[in-house]
Amino acid sequence: MAFELWKGNEAIAEAAVRAGCRFFFGYPITPQNEVPEYMARRLPEVGGCFLQSESELAAINMVYGAAGAGARVMTSSSSPGISLKQEGITYMAGAELPAVIVNVMRGGPGLGTIQPAQGDYYQATRGGGNGDYRLVVLAPNTIQEAVDLMQEAFDIADCYRNPVMLLADGMIGQMMEPLEWHEPRHRELPPKDWAAAGLHGRGSHNIINSLFIDPLACERHNNRLQEKYRLMEQRELRFEERGCEGAEVLFVAYGSPSRIVMSAVDLLAAQGVKAGLLRPVTVWPYPYERLAALSREPSVKAVVAVEMSAGQMLDDVKIAVGGCKPVTFVGHTGGVIPTQHEIAAAALAALGR
Amino acid sequence: MAIVYQKSKALTDKELHYCPGCSHGIIHKLVAEVLEELDLIDSAIGICPVGCSVFAYDYFACDMLEAAHGRAPAVATGVKRVHPRSPVFTYQGDGDLASIGMGEILHAAIRGEKITTIFVNNAIYGMTGGQMAPTTLIGQKTTTSPLGRDPSHCGGPAHMAELLATVEGAAYVERVAVYDIPRLNQAKRAIKTAFEMQMQGAGFTFVEVLSACPTNWGKTPLEAAEWVRKEMVPVFPLGVTRDIRKGAAK
Repeated sequence: MAFELWKGNEAIAEAAVRAGCRFFFGYPITPQNEVPEYMARRLPEVGGCFLQSESELAAINMVYGAAGAGARVMTSSSSPGISLKQEGITYMAGAELPAVIVNVMRGGPGLGTIQPAQGDYYQATRGGGNGDYRLVVLAPNTIQEAVDLMQEAFDIADCYRNPVMLLADGMIGQMMEPLEWHEPRHRELPPKDWAAAGLHGRGSHNIINSLFIDPLACERHNNRLQEKYRLMEQRELRFEERGCEGAEVLFVAYGSPSRIVMSAVDLLAAQGVKAGLLRPVTVWPYPYERLAALSREPSVKAVVAVEMSAGQMLDDVKIAVGGCKPVTFVGHTGGVIPTQHEIAAAALAALGR
Repeated sequence: MAIVYQKSKALTDKELHYCPGCSHGIIHKLVAEVLEELDLIDSAIGICPVGCSVFAYDYFACDMLEAAHGRAPAVATGVKRVHPRSPVFTYQGDGDLASIGMGEILHAAIRGEKITTIFVNNAIYGMTGGQMAPTTLIGQKTTTSPLGRDPSHCGGPAHMAELLATVEGAAYVERVAVYDIPRLNQAKRAIKTAFEMQMQGAGFTFVEVLSACPTNWGKTPLEAAEWVRKEMVPVFPLGVTRDIRKGAAK
């Protein structure tokens, strides 16, 4: 396979088509517009349907309908648009509908800015809408990885009948990188015999629903969902370790900042300081156990979390580290990107140098 | 013995939860009879709202989806785009359709979405206990307009059949009532026309049904039926407001 140069948003869209996604409903918002624009051209070529909705609310509810009717379907948006989509996402989690939601994060709160940010970690990893639910949240740090994860995201969604989120930042969406197309790892998937697609001779009607008015029935439903989330935690956890063996400084970062951290690791190495990186690829489920173990290594003197937010994943880092080592934070908000120099300086400061 | 009447096959055996005198049961029956007569039970996909008819997914025997409040036309859009040859309908009340779901219903009509919407207008929020609806009449007392709806404070009732008649994507729009047998028969004809035109691919089809809510109006079933005739019909005139088979809007 040859390398091809792709823009992140367009690569994500093409990956979805290659994964069998045939329906897209979305609303324009920067910095993700190339996803719907690509789909508007591409989906009719493969017999699919692209529809620009009147709002993000309508888009996610169209996704609910298409998913409920048995289709492979997705939407994409950026931070303020994702806030609007939370209504439909919680309904899909409640009604157990598979779909993929791409969030190309920008700065907030409110309208914020259109520049890259990671301020949606909380709403991505804590459910985001009302009620007790989780999404599998995939956070790529290269366009290659975004494409590979996107191709698997639909299978993960179908496997658990649950929405899956691809959590990219504006940098992943907007930059161009070389990538190779790989055949995705296809999972054995159950038939969608639950879909509301018309009886067509079936004896009883299918109902797509998240309403359980009886408290005991609603709790039983919740308990079943929680069992499913525990299964996702066991099976869908992904993370990457770079140079963690014997590291004095343990960095934790996901998405674009994790690449800047690797430049900081080089800067530190030049000064004789060994640093490593734990990079969550799924931010839910989160690699708590691995981070707990790494932070307890005797060589580790400081844990440094790096984010393009005011410190949201930092909460999970602190949960995992559990006070066994000092935790330092380097972050920027509003679309400002941390530099390798300030990251390296923060690590040295944490070591008391 | 010959069977002269029986429940439509498009309804399940589930006991309805509606109050005595409520029109929902009648309107369910009309929709069900139309589905059966047009032989659509096996292919139809219905979307029910949030409101009194929230449990309609248990009552219609075809495949059903329960939508978030007001979003049924968006959900129906997703379903219809996946199954363009299947009959798709939404069943929505006035709070769901004309208040929180105003955007979704208008844009479904603007897109000419090939679905049928049954809009049940009883001028009040039933499920939540009698609050003011967008279709509440001027002067009508509700729990959130205790002195009567004051147009200088919150405007007047929304006229959905007239509003949607201005939309090019709408193929058929009619307002009907079910307070007596002639009106009920006309309501069924309207619902049938709407489904037939949907299946012909004509565009968006819409039937507004004026409906009684004795419980939240504080009336007996008979008084409530009479209130629809005397108070609602003058504000919400019955009839076809748009039919593309007969040219432009009436």
